[in-house]
Amino acid sequence: MTPIAMDTGALVRGLYCILPEMVVIGTAILVLLADLLLPEEGKKRLCHLSVAGVAAAILSALWLGPGKIEGFSGMIVHDGMGLFFTLTILAAALLTLMMATGYSEWEGTQKGEFYALILLSTSGMLFMAEGTDLMTVFLGLETLSIPIYCLVGFHRGRMRSLEGAMKYFLLGAFSSGFFLYGIALMYAAAGTTRIPVIASMMRDARLYGNPVFLAGIGLLLVGFAFKVSLVPFHMWTPDAYEGAPTLVTAFMGAAVKAAAFAALLRVVLLTFPAILPAMSGVLWVLAALTMTVGNFSALLQNNMKRMLAYSSIAHAGYILVGLTAGGVAGGQAVLFYVLVYAFMNLGAFGVIMLVAQREDDGYDIDNFAGIGFRYPVLGGLLSLFLVSLAGIPPTAGFVGKFYLFGAAVRSGYVGLAVLGVLNSAVSVYYYLRPVVSMYMAPAPEGIPVPRPPRSAFSFALCASAAAVLLLGVMPASALEFAERSVLSLLM
Amino acid sequence: MVSGVLDYLWLVPAFPLLGVILNGVLALIAERPFLLKEAGLPPPGGSHGHPSRGNSHATEAPGSHGSGASGPHSAPVYRNVVAFLAPGAVGASFVVALLCVLSLAARPPEGRTFVQILFPWIQSGSFLAPVGFQLDPLSSVMALVVTGVGFLIHVYSVGYMSHERAFARYFVYLNLFMFAMLMLVLANNYLLMFVGWEGVGLCSYLLIGYWYEKQSASDAGKKAFIVNRIGDFGFLLGVFLIFWTFGSVSFTDVFARIPLLRDSGVLTAGMATAITLLLFLGATGKSAQIPLYVWLPDAMEGPTPVSALIHAATMVTAGVYMVARSSALFLLSPDAMSVVAVIGAATAIFSATIGICQTDIKRVLAYSTVSQLGYMFLACGVGAFAAGIFHLMTHAFFKALLFLGSGSVIHALSGEQDMRKMGGVRRYLPVTFVTMFAATLAISGIPGLSGFFSKDEILWQSFSSPHGSPALWFVGALAAGITAFYMFRLVFLTFYGGSRMDPEVEKHVHESPWTMTVPLSILAVLSVAGGWVGIPASLGGDNRFEEWLAPVFRSVAAAGAHGAATGAHPSVSLEFGLMGISVGVALAGIGIAYFLYRLRTSKPAEIARRVPALYDLVYHKYYVDEIYEWAVVRRVVDGSVWLWQMFDALFIDGIVNGIADGVRSAGDRVRRLQAGIVGGYAFSLLAGAVLLVGYILYRSMVP
Amino acid sequence: MIEPPAYLLLSAILFGIGVVGVVARRNILIILMSVEVMLNGVNVAFVAVGSYLGDATGGIFAFMVMTVAAAEAAVGLALLIALYRIRETIDITELKVLKW
Repeated sequence: MTPIAMDTGALVRGLYCILPEMVVIGTAILVLLADLLLPEEGKKRLCHLSVAGVAAAILSALWLGPGKIEGFSGMIVHDGMGLFFTLTILAAALLTLMMATGYSEWEGTQKGEFYALILLSTSGMLFMAEGTDLMTVFLGLETLSIPIYCLVGFHRGRMRSLEGAMKYFLLGAFSSGFFLYGIALMYAAAGTTRIPVIASMMRDARLYGNPVFLAGIGLLLVGFAFKVSLVPFHMWTPDAYEGAPTLVTAFMGAAVKAAAFAALLRVVLLTFPAILPAMSGVLWVLAALTMTVGNFSALLQNNMKRMLAYSSIAHAGYILVGLTAGGVAGGQAVLFYVLVYAFMNLGAFGVIMLVAQREDDGYDIDNFAGIGFRYPVLGGLLSLFLVSLAGIPPTAGFVGKFYLFGAAVRSGYVGLAVLGVLNSAVSVYYYLRPVVSMYMAPAPEGIPVPRPPRSAFSFALCASAAAVLLLGVMPASALEFAERSVLSLLM
Repeated sequence: MVSGVLDYLWLVPAFPLLGVILNGVLALIAERPFLLKEAGLPPPGGSHGHPSRGNSHATEAPGSHGSGASGPHSAPVYRNVVAFLAPGAVGASFVVALLCVLSLAARPPEGRTFVQILFPWIQSGSFLAPVGFQLDPLSSVMALVVTGVGFLIHVYSVGYMSHERAFARYFVYLNLFMFAMLMLVLANNYLLMFVGWEGVGLCSYLLIGYWYEKQSASDAGKKAFIVNRIGDFGFLLGVFLIFWTFGSVSFTDVFARIPLLRDSGVLTAGMATAITLLLFLGATGKSAQIPLYVWLPDAMEGPTPVSALIHAATMVTAGVYMVARSSALFLLSPDAMSVVAVIGAATAIFSATIGICQTDIKRVLAYSTVSQLGYMFLACGVGAFAAGIFHLMTHAFFKALLFLGSGSVIHALSGEQDMRKMGGVRRYLPVTFVTMFAATLAISGIPGLSGFFSKDEILWQSFSSPHGSPALWFVGALAAGITAFYMFRLVFLTFYGGSRMDPEVEKHVHESPWTMTVPLSILAVLSVAGGWVGIPASLGGDNRFEEWLAPVFRSVAAAGAHGAATGAHPSVSLEFGLMGISVGVALAGIGIAYFLYRLRTSKPAEIARRVPALYDLVYHKYYVDEIYEWAVVRRVVDGSVWLWQMFDALFIDGIVNGIADGVRSAGDRVRRLQAGIVGGYAFSLLAGAVLLVGYILYRSMVP
Repeated sequence: MIEPPAYLLLSAILFGIGVVGVVARRNILIILMSVEVMLNGVNVAFVAVGSYLGDATGGIFAFMVMTVAAAEAAVGLALLIALYRIRETIDITELKVLKW
């Protein structure tokens, strides 16, 4: 037996490559330790600590830059696309934690484990976004999911919270089974779980003609479809979103979706061109179904959270339109839209969090009657985010949708683009209902008094609003970044 | 300094935007606490927060306490500032636009296209949609009309809205509208135009629902927005198709690439038809044409100056502008041209007949606007784009005047809009009466006034152009007659005859303040003289207006498939003959109106008062009239009511509401799929997985 | 040595039993166990293919799956207990406050 030579250089390189992840995990551990030491009235420091940790993670990600760094013999890679999604996810986490300064106070989530779970989930998302081996992707997926199950059920005394968590957990575990079985079948057919290796083998008809491999890729797709809530794998979404503490709902919509799309994009862009006819058909149908069912179900919702949950399903459908289109244009559109969606989604949830008096019936649309003129800043912000979600210029939502549908038209999926535009026309109806209620319904007696936001909360809202407007008026640099990221993956 | 003053073109939309910001700040920090105080509500934030949150600090609306404390005393001050700022911003924008247009006019005709790129907006690969402005003869006409008429209406609003509580908010919306409209008009590409297009829609929606306490107002606002989305959907798809076909969305690129793409077969007639019909769908929404016109009459729920500015003079003409802007594309597709012409003519006559039976003064004008917009589309459809834009301009003058005049009447009568409760107002409102009478003469097409030249140009072109036909001319001429009839009916019912006013109201009738009468007078001058820039050659003029627009539409015609409307002109005598007929029809309309609403209505009342015994006899003497009215007019009126009820209320509303209901019930059904049971969710997941894998295997295994 | 197809068939049968259990059963505990059966079916496939190829990936993957399954079970049981405290039921069809 020869002693195993330790390649310390490779280890250091690997750790360097996951620097942002390590910062986030380290912060989570620090938060848990600090939770033991801090007195009850000092718990809000935990939130500040988490915010600082995520900010440090953003800086470390920027320090790594867009150059390609492989770690752990190719299990994980930090490349342009990884950077884009890392920044998107971390930005979403940062805004969420800033809003937590206020939310935790009102809803009793001022606890160490609450922040630690958010941070650990964030680290899972980062692994998922940068994983180049199906094993890394799977581990990232589970690392992000398990804390989220806990977060959804964090209000242990509230039935809806627990019910949402239970449903999400059972179906999530179920879909993980499909996801894993897909990986197992792909492994059986290809003999490897490394995504780039599988991609390079895709030219071989023995692989892409192998039914075991095809079934595997189909099941893998099911797993992803569950996480990004595509119809008919979406059923958990409205229940989990409605039940979860609103802050968690906002975080799920923005960050979980981004991470799942990151991994899906990696798999789709690299492997699908070889089996295009079958795949494009599947994605086409999924996109069409998801947009339509999401929008139509949202039409008559009276609970704002549930309405935004269905809207998030519809938005997954729009993003899938870009994925169906494929290529650089499609990928770029997907990246940009994921970023934009994170901001507008977090912003919208942030405002309704302030207006709602309590969980559950506090989010009823009638609670928003008449607040538009009484609280013009809140009314204006919510209108801005909703208008952006509806895709009306000059907001970022419009530019994003234009790119998604433009990519579809360019790749020849005119029918899908028409369906998308038609769907966004329908969606205006329900996005406008809260606006109408805010500005045109008479204020009832005892009009709800929004919670006074903490300064960090206000800052998060203003930052989201600024991002929505800025990305709508001057999206050029973000789009260029997205394009370079996609190119770095395809090279 | 190559372009000199043109470099400051960006200031034209920038001034109204500045107005939005300044007035917005005023509305927030000065007006809101004032309004809240008036409504008996404490200002937000502060003491009534949750006591448990000891350090609650109101971060929104800083300074609300300070200005709230000074209370009513500060209110008039800020109102004066707003009253100066809002019209001032638009006035400045008009001055800049005028200087830019003058400097553009100094250039040779072929060089009169100035493009100013501010910064790239959406850019990927070869695709570029910048934030850029284009000033050429077409957009300069629009810019001048929008800023000029807009300025007058802003000034008028200062007087008209003086009793309103939310004064600054109103002007924020109005300035925002001006900004969006100028973006629409000055944009150098379709995408930026769409930004303005959506922006004006949003402002229109906000302003229709300005009195949101009224249920009908907020309903009308919603209706306008939803109907417009159908049109916007068409517009956006049209832009996608343009982008797909031409690889660009900027006007100059698209039109320059037409010949090349047509010759290489990329741009087929079918594609051109698809693009133009989608664009036209957008235009029917914004410009209220069949079948999407239903929102405009309801939009009259907004304040009257808004109706004048948005729903008569500027926004609703955006569709016409867009069609004229895309004339090169429309000329490629004879089918689309026919659709435009037929829809335009049908809308013109259809809504004119509805106008006959309305009793609400603003609704008469609303249907009249729909009808006049139909004329403009008729012009575009027969290839006479210059005539369409000419009518757009003159219509902006006289229709804005009519609305503002009716606003002055309504203002004087303490908000009364029903013409049956007016009458004899002439004595009290001399300025309003004279100016409105001039506008009525203009819209009726009395020779020498602006409406005559533009309307006659359209009628002549619809007869003589290669795209035209005598049937279109006939419909147009008939609609002109009906227009003259209902407009004079309006004037007679409102200004002549005995007073039918509420005595309470009559005590307070007063002429409007100078801020309202001065804009009326200026618009009256424009309504009379505005047409003199386009006197046709056959009447001894040189049609400068058409000449000014010629570079835009001539280069278009050269690029297009057809030689446009420059074919062999039929004889001048024919032109004179048709002109005579249309004037005759208009005069006949006026005559009938005079007969029915002056002679018949005043005499019975007078005689009945003096000699009660003779009353029956006289009544029977007029029995002839009754028969006449019963046999002819009543039929027409009944038919018009029937048409209005059946077609408008049942059919069109039915379709719009039907779609909405269908979508809603589909939404209800779809969401019921979500039954709440996990087993069902898991089954759906499983079924999806089986189908998905099955499909992939099937598609890959079975070639 | 038995060829991989036989193991794959076994794994498919196990996976199928698990799937049917999740869809058909109403007791949350049994659903959790069915999920475990699904994951073990997956593990069979991983180990079989790994040993056939002489590749360690399959075995490692199986360990990862077991770890994740344990973590999931912990979260699942914790949720179940919290739920039972409020509703005193572990019947999944009782959870239907959230719908439509």
